[in-house]
Amino acid sequence: MSSRSIANIRSVTGIPTARLVTWWIIASEIFIFGGLLVSYVMHRLAHPEWAIAAANTNTKAGAFNTFVLLTSSLFAVLAHQAADAENGKKAAKFLRLTSLGGAIFLIVKGFEWTHEIKEGFVLSSGGFWSFYYTVAGLHGLHVLAGLIIMLIIASDAAKNRDLPRVQCIGLYWHFVDIIWIFLFPLLYIAK
Amino acid sequence: MTTPATGAQAHLGSHGDEHAHHRQSFFHKYLWSTDHKMIAMQYLFTGAAMALIGGYLAYVFRMQLAFPGQNVPGYGLVTPGKYNSLVTMHGTIMIFWVAMPVLVAAFGNFLIPLMIGCDDMVFPRINRLSYQVFLLSAMVLLASFFVHNGAFGGAWTSYPPLSARGAYNLTPLGASLWLLAVALEFVAFLLGGINFVVTTMNGRAPGMRMWDIPLVVWMIVLASVLFMASVGPLIAGAVMLFFDQRLGTAFYDPGRGGDPLLWQHLFWFFGHPEVYVVLLPALGIVAEIITVFARKKLFGYRTVLYTTWATGILSFVVWAHHQFIAGIDPRMANVFTITTLLISVPITEMIFVYIATLYGGSIRFTTPMLWALSFIAEFLIGGVTGIFLGASGADIYFHDTYFVVAHFHYTFFPSAIIGMFAALAFWYPKMFGRMMNETLGKIHFWGTVVAFNVTFIPLFITGAAGDQRRIYSYALFPEQDKPGLQHLRELSTIGVIVLLAFQVFFLINFFWSLRHGKVAPENPWLSNTLEWTVPSPAPHGNFAEMPTVYRGPYEYSAPGRETDYWPQNQPISPLEEAAL
Amino acid sequence: MSSDPEAHIHHPNYVKIWVVLVVLLIVSVLGPLTGIRWLMLVMAFGIAFVKAYLVAKNFMHVNLEKRWVTYLLVTCLVFLGILFAGVAPDVMKHQGLRWENYAAKKAVESGSQASAKHE
Repeated sequence: MSSRSIANIRSVTGIPTARLVTWWIIASEIFIFGGLLVSYVMHRLAHPEWAIAAANTNTKAGAFNTFVLLTSSLFAVLAHQAADAENGKKAAKFLRLTSLGGAIFLIVKGFEWTHEIKEGFVLSSGGFWSFYYTVAGLHGLHVLAGLIIMLIIASDAAKNRDLPRVQCIGLYWHFVDIIWIFLFPLLYIAK
Repeated sequence: MTTPATGAQAHLGSHGDEHAHHRQSFFHKYLWSTDHKMIAMQYLFTGAAMALIGGYLAYVFRMQLAFPGQNVPGYGLVTPGKYNSLVTMHGTIMIFWVAMPVLVAAFGNFLIPLMIGCDDMVFPRINRLSYQVFLLSAMVLLASFFVHNGAFGGAWTSYPPLSARGAYNLTPLGASLWLLAVALEFVAFLLGGINFVVTTMNGRAPGMRMWDIPLVVWMIVLASVLFMASVGPLIAGAVMLFFDQRLGTAFYDPGRGGDPLLWQHLFWFFGHPEVYVVLLPALGIVAEIITVFARKKLFGYRTVLYTTWATGILSFVVWAHHQFIAGIDPRMANVFTITTLLISVPITEMIFVYIATLYGGSIRFTTPMLWALSFIAEFLIGGVTGIFLGASGADIYFHDTYFVVAHFHYTFFPSAIIGMFAALAFWYPKMFGRMMNETLGKIHFWGTVVAFNVTFIPLFITGAAGDQRRIYSYALFPEQDKPGLQHLRELSTIGVIVLLAFQVFFLINFFWSLRHGKVAPENPWLSNTLEWTVPSPAPHGNFAEMPTVYRGPYEYSAPGRETDYWPQNQPISPLEEAAL
Repeated sequence: MSSDPEAHIHHPNYVKIWVVLVVLLIVSVLGPLTGIRWLMLVMAFGIAFVKAYLVAKNFMHVNLEKRWVTYLLVTCLVFLGILFAGVAPDVMKHQGLRWENYAAKKAVESGSQASAKHE
């Protein structure tokens, strides 16, 4: 017996409910990150001297992390492809690889931040650093949350259960990837 | 023409039987429920309890304003610091913990699945979670009253540097708890709002096109969309403010490279759409009530819908009219004046549509109808006085005076309070299976509305005469310390006391009718919408057999029919089909 | 759901798209090496937009979804643009007719002096 409400099973728009919810979540997240990034961009444009602080970000680590997220996005969409082919085990494998990418991202960030804090650059070290830690921190929280949800969905998918959710968590993951695609030049290249 | 259901949905009709046989324990039925109707009740009762607290706070600070320096019965002495906390918490509680939970969450939860013909929300457990997060937020906020130095005293708008530095606002712990409570409330409403939107988009009964959705459902959905879009930047801003308060950052500190105006912009980018989040459900409630009690079709369903969409979009480009004298770029003040005056046009059009709906109708002055009509009258005053404030030139004088206070109470009170009483009076039979007492209802109505006007009309006058906001005693300001003005302030305070006193009639009516009210039939008001086709109170699972929809919600007094109403789920008879 | 727009999609070669993305990443990282600041910025952000588009189109299948999803996402970006347009005239200015942001001006001054010293 399905514990789903009838409302959940219907689909008047044609888009399955879970995916519809994912798009609305992404829309609201665009506003949250957007508000933060708009605030940052305005300040950064008005304070060219922040380039001095920004010179201290680790471009190599940022570039590596970008590569890691792009690759994890690849695994996420391959998971979707596998789920479409009703291959739950394969989808779970790819989802777990995606989560691994997320974990590597966070570990690299951990090293990055540890080094920067040791150098004396903390949250209150000035305008640039306040934004840097806040924006990247918020993004990192989303990576962590996505990673955890992804592992839960992977364990269901391995049993061929709830396969449509694979696509939904993939959508969320691609969104988190796209945010980083913009964070990378903003925080690491625009110096 | 709508076509009847395909066979695909028919087999789901037996779902209701499963619910009927499924007995629930007290814990599951009342505390851990995923039933949208129970969650609605939880939001309703929490919101109502917070309303009593918010009303009490208003009583206290109005007593201070009428009799400065004297002990307020039931509170004590109001110091300047306490005054700041009182007005801050009054505003915060009323907007975030009364207006939104009652209008959007309670009635959205209760009405949407019933009115669109399904059994629950698309994600009932997320729905339950949203209430739990909301309850947590209320507890965090109430806890802030009891910490060292008490609740936050930096105004509900929480401008830095006042809100960022404990040395300035004197309530550092309260300030951070306030921020935390508001952030949790935002999360709760994001969770709930997405449920509403997706349920309405995907969960509709077969045959219900976009134009067959009752207006109140549209309004709550649009309110949820407005909320979701506008709150994002403020969440970002709130994180930044929290860091300024606790972690030594300088996002809003001009002395260290930040900008306090950034907070103002982020706050009002949310703050203005927020008032439409409160207004839209009230407009929807009024639309439902006036069509039923005028026995008349809504004058222009699509017109109202299109103007609401226009209002929603426009509401995102008017925000800086709250900041005209904050030092913003005067060229932007020009832009925002134009957009603000523009936005009065679609709202006015909706009011005219409502009046046109009433014109020539067969009007019955039941309690819900009285509330709905008073909404139109009072909101009109609020809207018209907004024009003065929307023009940046006039606003130079009026900003931060009691004129503003009176204006927004003439918009908020009709939306949040009158809207709440209207909706309760109208849907009480469906919620609780009993009819409310009409006599008590009418006494409550007249007392509330008259007292409301006695409270706020004097404030237009004192505001125009120069009374500034957030001043705990005018005895300190010679220009304002005049007996004429003081009498008006006293009159306003008497109004508030009478207003609060009359709520006793509502409480008696509400609780007495629960047990002793007349047992309510399925459709006491002879209304068309789907919630009136199920028993009163609505059962778990809502519909024994999922309905199919054949027409719009406002087919009242359709020519050639025996009855003056035409429920949405009544199939078209062959005779009627032939006549078309 | 037979009316689900993504019910039977033809999956492209995702690895090929990934290769393109990685190449673009490498190019954008090489930008700072050219030494020409404006070119570096154009490359970095231009490539960011291209990468974002590629991910949205090929990985998220936005182009296969119902049209209004695209409109919703674009509308979000438009409103963020409105936020920027409304706030920038205030936050990006350090001086008005009757006011001056001393701290910000000083910071910009000393910053430009320090970077002048560097070169």
